[in-house]
Amino acid sequence: MAGTQLPNDPYNIIITGVGGQGNVMASRVLANMLVKKGFYVTIGETFGASQRGGSVMSHLRVSKKDTWSPQIPKGKAHVIVALEPTEAIRVLADYGNPDVKVVSNTRPIHPAGVIAGDLNYPAIEETKKTARGISSHAWFIDATDEALRLGNPILGNIIMLGALSGLDDLPLDKEDFREVIAESLPQNKVDINMEAFDLGRGLLKE
Amino acid sequence: MSALLDKKEGAEHLLMGNEAIARGALEAGVKVAAGYPGTPSSEIIESLAGVAKDANIYVEWSVNEKLAMEVAAAASFAELRSLCVMKQNGVNVASDFLLHLAGSGTRGGMVLVPCDDPGALSSINEGESRFFARTVEIPLLEPGDFQEAKDMTKWAFELSEELKQLIMLRSVTRLSHASGNVRFGTLPTGEAKARFRCDGFILDPDEGIVISAPVDYKHGQQHEKLKRAKEIFEDSPFNTYEGPEKPELLIITSSACTLYSREAISILGLKERVGLLKLGTTWPLPPKLLTRYLSLAEKILIVEEVLPFLEENVKVIAAETASEIGIKKFYGKNDGTIPMVGELNPDYVINAITKILEIEYLPRPEEYAAKTQGLAFFGAPQRELIFCPGCPHRASFWSIHNALELDGRKGFVCGDIGCYTMALLPTGFTTLKTVHAMGSGSGLASGFGKLGQFGLDQPVLAVCGDSTFFHTAIPALINARHHKSDFTLVVLDNSGTAMTGFQPHPGLEVNAMGDNVPDLDIAEICRSMGARVEIRDPFELEETRATLNNLMEDNEGLKVLILRQICGLSPEKKAGKKYEMAINEEICLGENCGCNRVCTRIFRCPGLVWDKEKQVTRLDEVICTGCGVCADICPAGAITRKEAV
Repeated sequence: MAGTQLPNDPYNIIITGVGGQGNVMASRVLANMLVKKGFYVTIGETFGASQRGGSVMSHLRVSKKDTWSPQIPKGKAHVIVALEPTEAIRVLADYGNPDVKVVSNTRPIHPAGVIAGDLNYPAIEETKKTARGISSHAWFIDATDEALRLGNPILGNIIMLGALSGLDDLPLDKEDFREVIAESLPQNKVDINMEAFDLGRGLLKE
Repeated sequence: MSALLDKKEGAEHLLMGNEAIARGALEAGVKVAAGYPGTPSSEIIESLAGVAKDANIYVEWSVNEKLAMEVAAAASFAELRSLCVMKQNGVNVASDFLLHLAGSGTRGGMVLVPCDDPGALSSINEGESRFFARTVEIPLLEPGDFQEAKDMTKWAFELSEELKQLIMLRSVTRLSHASGNVRFGTLPTGEAKARFRCDGFILDPDEGIVISAPVDYKHGQQHEKLKRAKEIFEDSPFNTYEGPEKPELLIITSSACTLYSREAISILGLKERVGLLKLGTTWPLPPKLLTRYLSLAEKILIVEEVLPFLEENVKVIAAETASEIGIKKFYGKNDGTIPMVGELNPDYVINAITKILEIEYLPRPEEYAAKTQGLAFFGAPQRELIFCPGCPHRASFWSIHNALELDGRKGFVCGDIGCYTMALLPTGFTTLKTVHAMGSGSGLASGFGKLGQFGLDQPVLAVCGDSTFFHTAIPALINARHHKSDFTLVVLDNSGTAMTGFQPHPGLEVNAMGDNVPDLDIAEICRSMGARVEIRDPFELEETRATLNNLMEDNEGLKVLILRQICGLSPEKKAGKKYEMAINEEICLGENCGCNRVCTRIFRCPGLVWDKEKQVTRLDEVICTGCGVCADICPAGAITRKEAV
């Protein structure tokens, strides 16, 4: 574990996905874990109409010193967590840089234009190649498939958080996770979320 | 217990800007809060409603924004502190009362919080509420971060009582819907007693009648209040300066743009060259403070969203004091240094500064930037907005669209505000042809419905949601009935204000605080007006379509079709699937079917995926909600449903 030192200050995280995947919840949980460690955290979120099938993004700024802008400047992300693989590419195009790390789910959600046959959806191997070409490292995890094995696809976001913790760039410990989850979810949901977090962490370390 | 009621002074929590405003109101001892849901403002009332019982306060989702302001004002007149909350265009709805309230003045501290949506992230307008403060002549505050959102809200109540005037505290999406650390102050203890004193001398602000007349006297009083506000603002700790004594460039900013400006200065490493004057009290501007800082630099950049409000008002002060401070070079929205349209971010401010100071900035190596060119297009297909899987609106508009096609007289639908506004787009089969303000669909239809006299022979339809029905559609229906206007209103009743997070409305048996309350029946209201009313389940596609065709052929005045089906995101719906869906790949002929895969090409529910390799439609079981509707649109019978166990 990285102690309470940040690799950069502010440390910039983007969590991205498609409306309905639990983007907002993931960003809240992550931010609250970091606040417990004494950091200033700013979250900027896309809400409202964009939740209806659109691309969504949460920008997290983590700092020892100050509150930062809820929007990360272009090209300045340190890590991108993508709950949907092509969203990783969309975010990299604007916020990527040669040092950025990417942790992405592999499960596609087809946009309406793809369902209709007007647009092409790239094959996952192509997406992996693209991401690896413009990041320092990109990890791809079958988070939704693993979540389905746990019994609920929505746990994909927690698996992805677990994977992010596996990078060891941030002091994200399991006990903080348990506390934060216990504050926001009913007691009978805590164990399954803990399991999802551990699973994600393990998958990244593989 | 909610973190919002944490009694520990100095406790630190991660709060949304909206929650911080709610906490500020609680620290000020607010007793009554009212609003109408609208992104990005909704969580203020929601947060307060969630703690209403424990905090012993009264919170309501009013029928519309004007009502919300009136309900809150009544509390103020009865010497209680009150809050009213709305999104930017809500201020337009409330503005008639607002003008008169500004004239009559207030008693208990009263704060109006409009939340603007620069960039229209969740709106169909880029309305700006700050000009209302200037137009109706009330003081305006703009918090610059999350801590200030709480602290300024608390202070706004004190200021309101000192001036006996309503205070506007304006937020924006990137504060309201962003989150940050907030350090708590104390919560007040003690009770407040409501009493309305109205038997005193007619002009007595504390005991007289409450009215904006006699106008010359009251208007004069209002100006005295503004003068006093200016004096108070000269020394406000919410106006701050950071930077060198003699900056090459002075940035003047407020609200979320404070964070963007600070970030831009930091990223460019210009702390020794650029000064930042952050204003928290933005109307009336404190002239001495402005004059002092304008004197520091020759070049002034004004950074703000949406309209050039600060820019214009600062320029007035600069003109008035030109002999003292000299001639300045101004940069901002008027000269195009800052875009006039859309929301800002740190990059816009970086661009503005680099242009003015003629410096270079490369956010990332050129070769990297070149590699990402076109990627967002080829590597990430665009996601247009769509109705959720299992959304009743998709089924409703399928039937409306088909009924119009069958009718064949080029009928059209006037739209309204809600999730269903998206029926402008392919997800709703591009069915809506007008969309304006809340309730305007019915209002426009009332007008179109009278144009038969001039040869309009197209059937006129309007849609509105259940919450919009109560908000402003009712007067339009009364107007239509009384004037024998001929149109059909389709009420898309999904049992809640779905777009903004499922807030209750008068059609439901529950209020914001979770109390049981009388529910008003939309059908009965319409029948009492004399309208012909039909009620259907939009998931019954054929029945809905046939009913609509029948209503359109009935040329006698006002007709109402209520399509009742609960929102797919509601907790009841999320609890389980009604149907298990299946697709028989043997039967699905895909593009070779006579329907040319109508399910994925036109219906476009995200639960259905077109499998290019196999040339069949596939079910995405993670996304499908089991509403069962697609089984009825498949002409081949390849999609089947069976009751889920």
